[in-house]
Amino acid sequence: MTLPLFFFYVFSVITVASALMVIAARNPVHSVLFLILAFVNSAGLFMLAGAEFLALILIVVYVGAVAVLFLFVTMMLDVDFASLRQGMLQYAPVGVVVGVILLLELLLVGGSFVLPTGVEATAMVPIEQGVQNTKAIGQLLYTRYVFLFQGAAGILLVAMIGAIVLTLRHKSNVKRQDVFRQTGRKRSEGVELVKVKSGQGL
Amino acid sequence: MDFVVSALDYLLGIPIFGWGTQVGFIYKGLLLLVALLIFTAYILLADRKIWAAVQVRRGPNVVGPFGLLQSFADLLKFVFKEPVIPASSDKVLFLLAPLVTSILALSAYAVIPFDKGWALADINIGVLYIFAISSLGVYGVIIGGWSSNSKYAFLGALRSAAQMVSYEVSIGLVIITVLLVAGSLNLTDIVTAQQSGGIAHMLGVPWLSILNWYWLPLFPMFVVFYISALAETNRPPFDLPEGESELVAGYMVEYSSTPYLLFMLGEYIAIILMCSMTTILFLGGWASPLDIAPFNWIPGVVWFGLKLCLVFFMFAMAKAMVPRYRYDQLMRIGWKVFLPISLAMVVIVAFVLQLTGWGWHGGAV
Amino acid sequence: MQSDVTSFASLAPAYPELLMAVGAVVVLLLALFWKNVRPGVIAVVAIVLLLATLAVLVLQPASGVLFNGIVIVDGFARYMKALVLGAAAATVMISLSNSKEHGIDKFEYSVLVLLATLGMMIMVSANDLMSLYIGLELQSLALYVVAAMKREDPRAAEAGIKYFVLGALSSGMLLYGASLVYGFTGTTQLDQIVAAITLETRSIGLIFGMVFLLAGIAFKISAVPFHMWTPDVYEGAPTPVTAFFAAAPKVAAMALFIRVTTVSFGPITKDWQQIVIFLSIASMVLASFAAIGQDNLKRLLAYSSIGHVGFALVGLSAGTAVGVEGVAVYMAIYVAMTVGIFACVLALRTEDGRPVETITALAGLAQRKPFVAAIIAILMFSLIGLPPLAGFFAKWQVFLAAVEQNLFVLAVIGVLASAVSAFYYLRIIKVMYFDEPVAKFAAVPGELTAVMAGVGFLIVTYFFTVARPLTDAAHAAAGSLF
Repeated sequence: MTLPLFFFYVFSVITVASALMVIAARNPVHSVLFLILAFVNSAGLFMLAGAEFLALILIVVYVGAVAVLFLFVTMMLDVDFASLRQGMLQYAPVGVVVGVILLLELLLVGGSFVLPTGVEATAMVPIEQGVQNTKAIGQLLYTRYVFLFQGAAGILLVAMIGAIVLTLRHKSNVKRQDVFRQTGRKRSEGVELVKVKSGQGL
Repeated sequence: MDFVVSALDYLLGIPIFGWGTQVGFIYKGLLLLVALLIFTAYILLADRKIWAAVQVRRGPNVVGPFGLLQSFADLLKFVFKEPVIPASSDKVLFLLAPLVTSILALSAYAVIPFDKGWALADINIGVLYIFAISSLGVYGVIIGGWSSNSKYAFLGALRSAAQMVSYEVSIGLVIITVLLVAGSLNLTDIVTAQQSGGIAHMLGVPWLSILNWYWLPLFPMFVVFYISALAETNRPPFDLPEGESELVAGYMVEYSSTPYLLFMLGEYIAIILMCSMTTILFLGGWASPLDIAPFNWIPGVVWFGLKLCLVFFMFAMAKAMVPRYRYDQLMRIGWKVFLPISLAMVVIVAFVLQLTGWGWHGGAV
Repeated sequence: MQSDVTSFASLAPAYPELLMAVGAVVVLLLALFWKNVRPGVIAVVAIVLLLATLAVLVLQPASGVLFNGIVIVDGFARYMKALVLGAAAATVMISLSNSKEHGIDKFEYSVLVLLATLGMMIMVSANDLMSLYIGLELQSLALYVVAAMKREDPRAAEAGIKYFVLGALSSGMLLYGASLVYGFTGTTQLDQIVAAITLETRSIGLIFGMVFLLAGIAFKISAVPFHMWTPDVYEGAPTPVTAFFAAAPKVAAMALFIRVTTVSFGPITKDWQQIVIFLSIASMVLASFAAIGQDNLKRLLAYSSIGHVGFALVGLSAGTAVGVEGVAVYMAIYVAMTVGIFACVLALRTEDGRPVETITALAGLAQRKPFVAAIIAILMFSLIGLPPLAGFFAKWQVFLAAVEQNLFVLAVIGVLASAVSAFYYLRIIKVMYFDEPVAKFAAVPGELTAVMAGVGFLIVTYFFTVARPLTDAAHAAAGSLF
């Protein structure tokens, strides 16, 4: 056993175990935290495979941003899992049937999995020796896959427009701060110097 | 079993006694850890002293000469107090949160080069590593706030999650502009790239290397990074997650003794990390500001420390002078000011580099 | 790794997509920075953009494989893209006068329609499992949002969520299938997958992959048994949005279906033929019977569109160029009929401005609005497939292709289903012409009258006017696949 192999087993065992705990945990917040643990360990697996860029991007994007929002929402929702699980036994037979069918299918597919000859040769884009994989990914993403890159950007744009259109409400009765107007205010607009004669008041 | 041998050699080797082939990783790590903790203790003291000086107070001055041992006294006090765990809290997570904060903050130092070759692990995507680690920092806060089972703590955690995620975006874009100019994700390479070219070289005074560093050509980004770093580390004026005047102490309200100490420690270590990042990305890392005789005799680690202290002084002054932002103002600055500015700068910097051929442009294969 | 895009001119086959992408972003920025612009103006700009793209597509026919084999532009892609663009432009046009009452009078609606159309164009020209997925998601995501756009209406929200959840499920199935296909053939490029498959080397895993892939796409064309979302979404979404759903995305998904089956899985035609025949029969039969009990017009049209997808698939199940030609013609006529019928539905409003959505409310329409009633009647006869009208020729061509391949049972079932569907189409005509009028209807806006008249004219005179050029174009399109 070599050191990388040892770490491979460490990471994969933790990944699988925490993935199991995601569905087994009683508390949804614990589930999300186990999901995060699974992400971090998958990043470790990426790292072992030499894909350090992917590993860290996985952490930055999924763990650092997506899962935070996920956790955020889960904490706010206060889901009562006990009540959700009430009807579960009722549907369990259907679930078991579907599960067994899927398992059989997986076994069938797995059992018949034969790589066609010469697949290694057609590996989509091998990384050249001596090129850091950050650079290699960049070179590929902006040349060969530029179309898909831009298409993915379009999807994100749609998601953004969608989120805004479905949630943004302009309330008319809310006072808003207009920083530019506030800082652009002159003294003459706010303060007035009034000579008050004594004994008369304003 | 040879992996055990190689692992032991890597971790515990001492070449002098013939135990191994390299200096064990653990010794280096321990050295770094101890140095860092002592440094943190004095940074903490400096923070309080500067704050006091601005307010014309004396600050801590009882323990030791000028209060120099104050932080250690605090440490002892925290350790010997009784940890109070709220009855209906999620105990495991409650104790996990401060550990997450402090361990994550410490682990980021693995890649910081304090001098040429003085990085514990000189990995080739160091910037990304630090960015990833600092983006995980939010978990300590959010887990701590939730597991306390207290309204104030939870509100603090929610604020902090939104705040840290928001400012990460502009920090990421600032880092991208630096990467565009430096052409590497390795922190050592970024520092050397700042030495090897820049405005001083263009002016014909290559010894005036302070002008070479990226703070000058990327000045808007320097400012954005500095302010975002304040927000990312929950420093005043962006310390809304703690907000002691309205949330008593935010996510930390239920913590006491050692767990509280760990939170505090993690926070200050994260602050020093951000100062180090500012130093490396914008202030030339360990390099001397004037590349001439008496100055470049001084070891790089001293320059690094001095620059770090300078940046921290700016952090401390901001804390002392600027009133706390309101939450909507904080979000407005993050999303409506910094994000557009840094996004525009990424485009502008890329265009300038492409059109002029300055900086790093060896990428066109 | 070098890209094969070396100059702007080398992108010529992708000019329509480029125009569309840049145009959509420009329209978005225009709407954001042009203070107080009415959404209607933006919608008109969007129509102009759609028509301009259509013009570029038709007037500058360039073919080729682009972006290292990710995108293909051939006769088939151009034909289907022209249909998609035409359908999108027409559906935006018929929503102009009534966007306010349907809650879509926001400029984002136009932008999302444009981006969805861009996604459909990418789907139609996809030559790679990855670009297929990107296009599909771009289109679907925009459609989910558009479905739920009328926020205050719980039915619209339900439609949006239902569409989103089931759409995500179908995307998952599609991705699962795509990963299996990639695993068993070693490539994601559609025209290279075919090289890795022979009748002898096909493995059970590959068949599984293909089934999942086709199931994912069948969701998008809403073929039975993947149709469950259609009636609910069509009913809940605002009517102009439903019109858009029923026309353009169907064409794009059908184009994808045809390309994946004929190009990638050509050597195992016998295998996918069974699937297509099953989908086809199930769709035709189920839609015919399920539509009988509907009183809601939009629900009825949903079942009608499911049925028509079934009829179109009859052509594909032949697995020949003639069959694909039939499908191409069928989709063109289907789009025209759909646009026409939705123009009629949108044109019908009670005097107090409420939209008419049930069949019973159509009672006596022939006396109040003889023109609209006549157009609806023509469309209904055409949807049944009665001889001199366009719908007849559409069905005739697909059935002919099936019979040529000795798929007699399929053809017979198709004709029977058509006869059953006549029942509910004729019921609408009966209600309009023979029931006593109950409600008064508001005046019909001008552009809707124009659309109705145009569609009616084309459908009635189909054989003499458009049949020849349309069939020629479809023939060329089908020819480029085989």
